[in-house]
Amino acid sequence: MALSSAHAIYFFNLRGDILIERRYRDDVTRDVAENFRTQILNSKDSSAIQTPVRTLGSCTFMHLRHADVYILCISKNNPNVMLAFSFMTSLVSLFKSYFGGDLNEANIQNNFVLIYELLDEAMDFGLPQITDPTILKSLIFQKGSSIDFFEKKKEKADPNATLQVTGAVSWRKEGIKYKKNEVFLDLVEQVNLLMSSNGTILTSDVQGRIMMKCLLSDMPELRVGLNDKVEDATFHQCVNLSTYEAQKVITFVPPDGEFELMKYRCHDGVSLPFKVLPVINEMGRTRLEVNVQIKAAFSSKIYGINMTILVPVPDNTAKANLLVTNGKAKYDATKKALVWKISKFMGESDHSLRAEVTLVATTKEKKPWVRPPISMQFQVPMLSASSVRVAYLKILERKMGSEYHVDKWVRKVVKSGEYIIRT
Amino acid sequence: MSDGKYFSTTKKGEIHEFKEELRSLEKSKKKDGVKKVIAAMTVGKDVAMLFPDMMNCMQTEDLELKKLVYLYCQNYAKTQPDLAIMAVNTFVKDSQDPNPLIRALAVRTMGCIRVDKITEYLCDPLQRCLKDDDPYVRKTAAICVAKLFDINPELVDDRGFLDQLRDLLSDANPMVVANALAALQEIQEISGKDMLQLSQNTLMKLLTALNDCTEWGQVFILDALAGFETRDPRDAEKIAERVLPRMQHVNSAVVLSAIKVILRMMDICQSADLVAAWSKKMAPPLVTLLGAEPEVQYVALRNINLVVQKRPSILANEVKVFFCKYNDPIYVKMEKLEIMIKLASDKNIDQVLLEFKEYAQEVDVDFVRKAVRAIGRCAVSIERAAEKCINVLLELIKAKVNYVVQEGVIVIKDIFRRYPNRYENIIATLCENLDSLDEPEAKASMVWIIGEYAERIDNADELLETFLDTFPEENSMVQLQLLTSTVKLFLKKPTESAQKMISLVLSCATNETDNPDLRDRAFIYWRLLSTDPEAAKDVVLAQKPVITDDVGNLDQGLLDQLLRQVATLSSVYHKPPEMFVSRQRLAVQKADELQDHQFEEEEVPGAASTSTAAVAAAATSAAPQVDLLNLDSGGPEAAAAPPRAVGGIDDLLGGLDISSTSSSTPAPQLPVLLSDPSKGLVIQGKILRQGGTVTYALVIINSSASPLDGLMLQTNRSTFGLGPVNVVLQVPSIAPSSTATALVPMLYDSTKILPGAASSKLEVAMKTNQAGVLYFADAVPLASLLEESGGIEGQAFLNAWKTLPPETPQRLQLTVFNIESAKQRLQAANLFVLAHRPVPGTSQEALYLTGKVGGINVQVLVEVRLTVGVPGMDVSFKSERTDLATMTFEAVAQILA
Repeated sequence: MALSSAHAIYFFNLRGDILIERRYRDDVTRDVAENFRTQILNSKDSSAIQTPVRTLGSCTFMHLRHADVYILCISKNNPNVMLAFSFMTSLVSLFKSYFGGDLNEANIQNNFVLIYELLDEAMDFGLPQITDPTILKSLIFQKGSSIDFFEKKKEKADPNATLQVTGAVSWRKEGIKYKKNEVFLDLVEQVNLLMSSNGTILTSDVQGRIMMKCLLSDMPELRVGLNDKVEDATFHQCVNLSTYEAQKVITFVPPDGEFELMKYRCHDGVSLPFKVLPVINEMGRTRLEVNVQIKAAFSSKIYGINMTILVPVPDNTAKANLLVTNGKAKYDATKKALVWKISKFMGESDHSLRAEVTLVATTKEKKPWVRPPISMQFQVPMLSASSVRVAYLKILERKMGSEYHVDKWVRKVVKSGEYIIRT
Repeated sequence: MSDGKYFSTTKKGEIHEFKEELRSLEKSKKKDGVKKVIAAMTVGKDVAMLFPDMMNCMQTEDLELKKLVYLYCQNYAKTQPDLAIMAVNTFVKDSQDPNPLIRALAVRTMGCIRVDKITEYLCDPLQRCLKDDDPYVRKTAAICVAKLFDINPELVDDRGFLDQLRDLLSDANPMVVANALAALQEIQEISGKDMLQLSQNTLMKLLTALNDCTEWGQVFILDALAGFETRDPRDAEKIAERVLPRMQHVNSAVVLSAIKVILRMMDICQSADLVAAWSKKMAPPLVTLLGAEPEVQYVALRNINLVVQKRPSILANEVKVFFCKYNDPIYVKMEKLEIMIKLASDKNIDQVLLEFKEYAQEVDVDFVRKAVRAIGRCAVSIERAAEKCINVLLELIKAKVNYVVQEGVIVIKDIFRRYPNRYENIIATLCENLDSLDEPEAKASMVWIIGEYAERIDNADELLETFLDTFPEENSMVQLQLLTSTVKLFLKKPTESAQKMISLVLSCATNETDNPDLRDRAFIYWRLLSTDPEAAKDVVLAQKPVITDDVGNLDQGLLDQLLRQVATLSSVYHKPPEMFVSRQRLAVQKADELQDHQFEEEEVPGAASTSTAAVAAAATSAAPQVDLLNLDSGGPEAAAAPPRAVGGIDDLLGGLDISSTSSSTPAPQLPVLLSDPSKGLVIQGKILRQGGTVTYALVIINSSASPLDGLMLQTNRSTFGLGPVNVVLQVPSIAPSSTATALVPMLYDSTKILPGAASSKLEVAMKTNQAGVLYFADAVPLASLLEESGGIEGQAFLNAWKTLPPETPQRLQLTVFNIESAKQRLQAANLFVLAHRPVPGTSQEALYLTGKVGGINVQVLVEVRLTVGVPGMDVSFKSERTDLATMTFEAVAQILA
């Protein structure tokens, strides 16, 4: 078994042109990367399923697509594949954090010098090293191209940078100062639903995240207590996992600024914010009757915002007559769906969409319409979909003791994940 | 302004421009120049000639600039070894810089430059950096030891670097510990020896460091812990206790490596309570992995598949999380489906079936087919659900979507085999769809059903007859099945029409076919029916053993081996590393060990394999009671077919349908490459060009007494770097005294190119599970390497011809009678004829030819002078690689012979 997960790493655009080439060992050449384009990306063999891991000859190709870019790790022998993919996803977030925007072809070209510099620190001899942006920013100060390259502020190198990045609390510098100590804690819950056409809930779960923004001086230790409903959680590097295992208290010295403290997942006791009742009737070969009713299952004191409901209709739709009790709806030919947008949906209310869809009669015998599912996007501020609650947030700074004052802000929001209703 | 502009210069003379800028005294201009060179390097332009100018930029205070020059140096030092030495001074100086970042940068870069002279100078700086006060420098130096080992293992030994690396395992800094560990593991991988030698003492240190190091460091440590050899349950408990919290890490790689460790400790731990507690904690992290990017999910799913086979209880209640989402990529859906089948049970079957039914109505054909198969597999494995499954299948078949019907018939055939005489009432529905069956497997399945239940189907003879009309055009699978089913019909209902049919089929199958399997089988039936009809009944209508669903289930030994490889490529392919790791060294070492493992192959993405292979050989072992044709090989009909997986049809007959067994189509006589009577193996073969790819045509003759399987092919380094596309040969098991042919596609692997004078020699290793690794040498004919796109313009040819030095012409003893046909043959062999003219003052004619040799991408130019009808021709050769001359002469001779 080999740890080394990338003898070389490449970035390609969708055409298969090489945008970045960084070889960590010299047993891989550019020609090998060309094989990726000819044999994997542009493979003529459409019968084979394109899996993200392929071996050609002695080289194994592991690739990931992000926006309009392919990231490729080439390795040999028997590498730790999960390490390679995990590393690639970390690179994506690292670059995003430096660019201050998304990772795409244009941004890669505009920042190639920076990328080479980052790749130098992120991996050595194929072994992942440091990919945490908060840590790397103390070693590499160059900013992404959004800031004018030549006018960038020359930050002074921290003489202790190297000690800090390799140390036990690598994610936080000593001596951070704020006039006013503030900490923001956001409980963001994403609710996923898969419902059958007869209204049975097939799967539903909540993917929760706690996002923190810490503007705190010195070396504070934070303790977050949750009611013990959390089934399955993963934590940021800064959290002491052993303490959590023993006492169920999340204890950590936070990185400076914004970060994701934890993720969790709940299956049981999920309260779905919206119930959807679709009725779609095919009336002969040229007409479709659609009736979708949505009920808000939360308190009337709060409301949902930015809602979009997509109701797919057949490819040969000619037009649709729509009637909605709230918001706006229209037929979108490119999405092959009725798009219903609602800007504000009060709790405990219900709204419906009725549509009469006219189809173009086709002469040739068609396969029956597969009835793709209805999907829904929404946000409901001040709501929780799981029973997870933040019980307390305590902050302790050992040197300052009781002199250490902090303003604390705790908010919550529920968002739609994959909210899918089969029809 | 952004760096994008550095890519924009594409005009001619840019190299010169770069030079100017690099030599500029103005700092910002110089830096711009360096950036442009790196940009040019990135897009694949050759900027090697700027090496001296770039080296002159190396001594700078600007760290960013220095890094870029170092990057350049890593890429090009190998091509300019003599100039690279210029850099040594700067490296050595930088390795003593007061700034730890620069010290680390120097030692990191030096380790990546594989030039002997530089390596010599690396040792002292490395020695110092391993003891540096700054942990950042130490962690970089630790990895540099592994780099050095890869270049020169003796040097690492001589200078005692290994011991220093082991000392670093006790370093106070967690990242240094993790990197030292990673370096040792890499060295272990390179050398094949146990370098870690983990003691109890180091174990404790690693467990301590685990808490504090970076996420990647945690993976290094966890992977080392998974390999820790212990039989002591107390060790296992101690390790598991520290590792369990890691399963909650946000990084998927940490989670999966932690799971690997816990799975391993479960095997050692003796307390059932503890194992149960650990199992319970393992379910949520496994499920959480499915929330990540699809590519990560894919790797996770392949591993979960293994976990579910070993410890089904862990995820027994979680089948819902594997339900496919509408927009999951197809490769994720396929894996989820496989796991759903494994988790399906009495308790959840209703829900699971509803899902399968939903999937069977989606759009992606592959996925739909797999969903239909899934229903069939559940029916076979869960007896109480069989009826429900059949109902769902019938519903799907009634929708009359062509490929659903076909797939449905195939799985219903399996269900009939699993539960004989229980669901025949549905045959009528199946018969309604007879006309829509056009795929061989579906047709063969339907024919089998008709034959098997001939006595209950009133019009069985009519139904079979409809198929018989097209008998000669059918696929061999269908033909074989038709033959057997007609015999069954005749034995069960010896009516007049059946009699007519049987004589028709037997005469078709014996007189009008080239397929030896079909012919042999027909003769067997014929003789059986004419000598002893009762014996024929015993054989053809024998009770068949009940099948089970073991598709994708790995054998226990292999499963345990794979579970130790969780998270690695091996776990994704479900194959032991020996099956795809190409390093010869490793292959040889592990060859013996491999023989102990018998495994059934599974369909693997990427490295696809033959899933039906393993069984064929086993079929032969069930020896016939009557030796009918005095043949040693050739299976008995249906008599004692071994039970086997759902999905194939061949075993229904107990016969051998795989084309490569028993006296297949006679292969053209190929040169014998290896004949090893002690192993009972003869290999014939030749490298040729087929459809634009280099192909190894191989004939493997098994003269031993046992079946041969697990064939793999690997090549050593050679002039052209030829190697097989897939190491695993797509050849099913070869029965004793039979022959298999394979056309193995080859590719050029530039890492396998052997420098030095060109040679046609290719050293090949062939491995089988039975005979182990065998070596032979072959010659690569240059003609097979000439590329289709190898023609050049006449003018270019002329220029090249003028500039290249002349070589001694060779006289070939060949006679050409028709110059046009000779030209055609040359052209067809990718030696392109650019000109054909008479040689003034003689009766000779001259042909000017050119071709491009693949792998090394070299153009060869050839002049042939000959007189039509007169023996002998003079061939002259020119090329940048003059050492290709002999091979080119051989190629011309071969083509014109």
